Amino acid sequence: MEAPLLRVDRLVTVFPSDRGPVAVVDGVSLEIRAGEVVALVGESGCGKSMTALSLLRLVPPPGRIASGRIEVAGEDVLALPVSALRRLRGRQIAMIFQEPGTSLNPVLTAGAQVTEAIRLHERVSRAAARARVVALFEQVGIPDPRERLDAYPHQLSGGMKQRVMIAMALAARPRLLIADEPTTALDVTIQAQILELLHELRRELGMAILLISHDFGVVNALADRVAVMYAGQIVEQGTRPELLASARHPYTAGLLRAMPARAVRGTRLAEIPGTVPSPAARPPGCRFATRCPLAFEPCATIDPAWTALGATHATRCHAVAEGRA
Amino acid sequence: MSAPILRVEGLRTYFPIRRGVFQRIAGHVRAVDGVDLAVPAGGTLALVGESGCGKTTVGRSILRLVEPQAGSVWYEGTDLLRLTPAELRPYRRHLQVVFQDPIAALDPRMRVRDSIAEGMVAFRIGAGDAERTDRVAALMRRVGLDADQMRRYPHEFSGGQRQRICIARALAVEPRLIVCDEAISALDVSIQAQILNLLRDLQQDLGLSYLFITHDLSVVRYLADRVAVMYLGQIVEERETEALFAAPAHPYTRGLLASVPSVDPATPGARARVRGDVPSPARPPEGCRFHTRCPEVFARCSVEAPPLYGVDGGASRCFLVDPEHASVR
Repeated sequence: MEAPLLRVDRLVTVFPSDRGPVAVVDGVSLEIRAGEVVALVGESGCGKSMTALSLLRLVPPPGRIASGRIEVAGEDVLALPVSALRRLRGRQIAMIFQEPGTSLNPVLTAGAQVTEAIRLHERVSRAAARARVVALFEQVGIPDPRERLDAYPHQLSGGMKQRVMIAMALAARPRLLIADEPTTALDVTIQAQILELLHELRRELGMAILLISHDFGVVNALADRVAVMYAGQIVEQGTRPELLASARHPYTAGLLRAMPARAVRGTRLAEIPGTVPSPAARPPGCRFATRCPLAFEPCATIDPAWTALGATHATRCHAVAEGRA
Repeated sequence: MSAPILRVEGLRTYFPIRRGVFQRIAGHVRAVDGVDLAVPAGGTLALVGESGCGKTTVGRSILRLVEPQAGSVWYEGTDLLRLTPAELRPYRRHLQVVFQDPIAALDPRMRVRDSIAEGMVAFRIGAGDAERTDRVAALMRRVGLDADQMRRYPHEFSGGQRQRICIARALAVEPRLIVCDEAISALDVSIQAQILNLLRDLQQDLGLSYLFITHDLSVVRYLADRVAVMYLGQIVEERETEALFAAPAHPYTRGLLASVPSVDPATPGARARVRGDVPSPARPPEGCRFHTRCPEVFARCSVEAPPLYGVDGGASRCFLVDPEHASVR
C-alpha cells in the first residue's frame, strides 16, 4: 500500500499551568491517505483544534509540541527549518477556520489577499495571478467573481467570506486541507452550500481533508473515517458507518444518544453526567471513567490500551476489552 | 393544545438606520414586520429561522426590552404593549428570559446566591434574607446544582452550570412563561441534553410555557408543540410540529429541513436547496420576501405579497398553497 500522506505518531502538545505542563494533546496518532477525508470529532476543549494547529507547527505560545512525530509525504515536519515550513504550509497543507471574518485582513480586498497567497508560492505576474483568482473564485462558487475581486471582507456575507478563505487555501493546490469547524459559524442553508462545495472539491481535486468538528451531521456528510477525541486523546476510530452506526466507546455512544436528532419526541434525552475534566484535573486511569456508566475497577487507575474491533475499527475502553460492552 | 397563554398580533419592530454627521434617519431595518404568534399554555412554541430573520427581536419585543412600533402582546386579557413601565412591572414576574450566553447574563462580581435572589428582592418574594437563601438553595437543587456552592462566583462554574444558574434565577420569581433565546446553542451536545431534559422536567412539574427561539431544527422537532418559521421579519409557516416535519408547506421550510445534515450513516449529507444569501432586512424584496432564493418561484411571487393560507395543522405564507393557485395548476 502507498505510504500515507500524513502520519502523526504519539503527538503530545503541552501548555504550562500552575501545576506544571498540561498535555492538551496527549499521545494522538493518526494517518490520512491521499484523497481521504478524516474527521476529528469531540466537544470543546478535547484538543481537536490544538491537534490541527500542531500539524502546521502553529501552536500558539506558550504552548509547544513536547514529543511525537509528524510526517507529511514522508517529511519529518518537526525537524523542518522555517524556510521549508513555509513551503509545507500552503503547498502541502492549507487550513480554513471557523470564523472566516477574523481570518481575512479587513483592509485588503478579497482579490488582493488570494493573489498574495498565489504569489507567495509561485513566480507569476500580477495579471496572471489575478486570472487565477478569478478561476479559483469560480471554482468555489462565488457569483460574479470579477466584481468580487475588489470587494472588502465587510462587503461579503459569512458564506462568501468562507468561500474566499477556501479559494485562498486552494491557491497553492495543497494535498491536505485542514478544515477546523468550517461551517459552525454559518446558518444552516449556507452550511449546506459549503458542505456541497467541500464535497465537490474533494471529488474534483482528489484533495485529502482533515475535518475538525463537533457536529456528527457535518462529519457524516464528508468523512470517510472518524476519530473521536476526549480529554486530549483519541478514544475511538473507525469508518464513518462504523462510528455512526456501531460506536462502541461509551463516550461516543453517549454523545450519539444525547443528540436530539436521534431522540424520539416526548422521551428523555440520554445524558452524559458531569462535564469534561479540565486538562489539569484529569483522572489517572481512563479519562472518561468519572462520567462513564460502564466504569469498573481498572478504569479508575489504568489508562486503557487500544482494542481492535475489526480491520478499521478500534477503541480504548476496558469494558469493551473485557467484553462488558 | 389548550388556549394560548400569550398571543402576539401584528407585531412590528423597526430599527432606524442613521447616517451622516447629524445622524439623520436614512431608513429602517424592518426586523419584525407584522408577526402573529400564540404560545400554548403549558406548551412550547419554537420560533426558528436563520441569523437576521428577526426571531430574537420578537422575543425582546414581547418582553419590551425593545419597544415595538405597532402590534399587541396579549397576556391574561391585557395588551402588554399598552402598559406604562409601572403598570408593566408586575407582569415582568410572569415573563422571564434565558439567553444564549450565561457569562454575559450573570454579573461576574455577584455571588450566585445574590444573582438568583435579585429578582425575589425586586418582587418582594420571601420574608427576609434567610428565607430567600433557603429558597435559593431549593432552586439550585431543583436545577441540578450543589446548593453548597451558592457563595461562589459565576467564573467558578462550567458553561452548563452557569446556564443552570440562569434558569434558577428565572424560576426564582415563579414565572409562567420563559423566553429561551438560543438558550442551549452555545453548549456542547452532552451538556445540551442535560439542559433540555431539565427544561422538559420543569415544564411538566411547574406547567411552564416556553417561547423557544432557536436555529437548531433537531431541537425543535424534539421539544416543540408548535413551530413558527421566520424569514426576513415575517412568519412564513406556523404549524403543529409533527405536521411541519412530516410535510413542510413553505419552500423555505422545505429548504431549511433539507439543509440539516443527516446523522444517519445510510443517508449522509445535506441538500442545498436554498441558493444565495439572505437579502438585507432594510430592503426586503418586493412581493414574497423569499422569492429571490426560492427554488419554486413563479411570476406572481415577485409582484404580490402572499398572505398566510391555512394548511394542515397551521398556515403557510406561499402562493403554492393558495386554493385558487392549486385549482389553476
